[in-house]
Amino acid sequence: MDLASAKVIGAGLAAIGVGAAALGVGYVFGSFVQSSLRNPAAADSQQGRLFIGFAAAELLGLMAFAIAMIILYAFKG
Amino acid sequence: MAAGDIDPMHQFVIEPIFGSFQRNNPFVFTNSALWTLIVLFTIWLFMVGGMKRELVPGRWQIMVEGLIGFVDNMVHASIGPEGRKYLPWVFTSFIFLLFANLMGNMPFGVYAPAHPFTVTSQFTFTGVMSLISFAIVLGVGFYKHKLHFFSLFMPSGVPLVGKLLLFPIEFVSFLVRPFSLGLRPFIAMFAGHILLDIFGNFVVQGLQAGGGGIAISILCFLFVTFISALELLVAAIQAYVFAILTSLYINDAVNLH
Repeated sequence: MDLASAKVIGAGLAAIGVGAAALGVGYVFGSFVQSSLRNPAAADSQQGRLFIGFAAAELLGLMAFAIAMIILYAFKG
Repeated sequence: MAAGDIDPMHQFVIEPIFGSFQRNNPFVFTNSALWTLIVLFTIWLFMVGGMKRELVPGRWQIMVEGLIGFVDNMVHASIGPEGRKYLPWVFTSFIFLLFANLMGNMPFGVYAPAHPFTVTSQFTFTGVMSLISFAIVLGVGFYKHKLHFFSLFMPSGVPLVGKLLLFPIEFVSFLVRPFSLGLRPFIAMFAGHILLDIFGNFVVQGLQAGGGGIAISILCFLFVTFISALELLVAAIQAYVFAILTSLYINDAVNLH
């Protein structure tokens, strides 16, 4: 296998991480909606925590995307 | 580069408008600088239009006051009554990221150097903003608590063995903060614009191919429309996340745990 095709395959493998982050973001918002339906009065006060969880989950997916981009464009092997 | 190739990175190239990148010429007016000025001018217009201080506010004034009240509430909720002091920076970063992200989505690409350039798609911009946030956290923390600030890394109510284990983890997670804070708005804008560029190219290439390509082209056009709407949402969310994380980090420095 030559380097060009190995690069493309590697970038495709790195893109799997984005899907994993989608699971995380969905879980964060899903459990927020679930618990805020149980106790709607407390939901508004927890929005800060909701977005911290969302940001942390999303960041890891964005890292995977950044790695795919680095492999594709920045890595001149 | 061959005719059918897609070059999604081209939209992030910083090109000089006046002057050129040469030695002995450190001051170059680039498209990034131009769009920063346009964003700042738009923010100025927006704020000036709403600062008439009328007793019965018009629509514009309600818009501006609502935005300030939104950030003020957020800072108050996460820092407490002392948070008012840090409102200027949190509001500045929020409104700058919001306007820069939204204006980067404007759909004109007619004249190459003047096409809407997303200034937040460069890590230099968001990185410097997150460094300022981190500098405020460090400055406030060490000024208010002196060396007692290091107790931020010591979770209370944990036995000594646990503290020894948790101290390096907390320390590293604290040091990673400026990096992750700046990386998030940058990558979100960067990824969204690459996606738009790639699918926009698919629309044109599908039309050129004809036959079954036209069906793919229509699908991609719908997808681009949907992604554009998503980009508007992401632009606002990233500005909000930056502001709320900044105020939470400042809260750590002001109140420790």
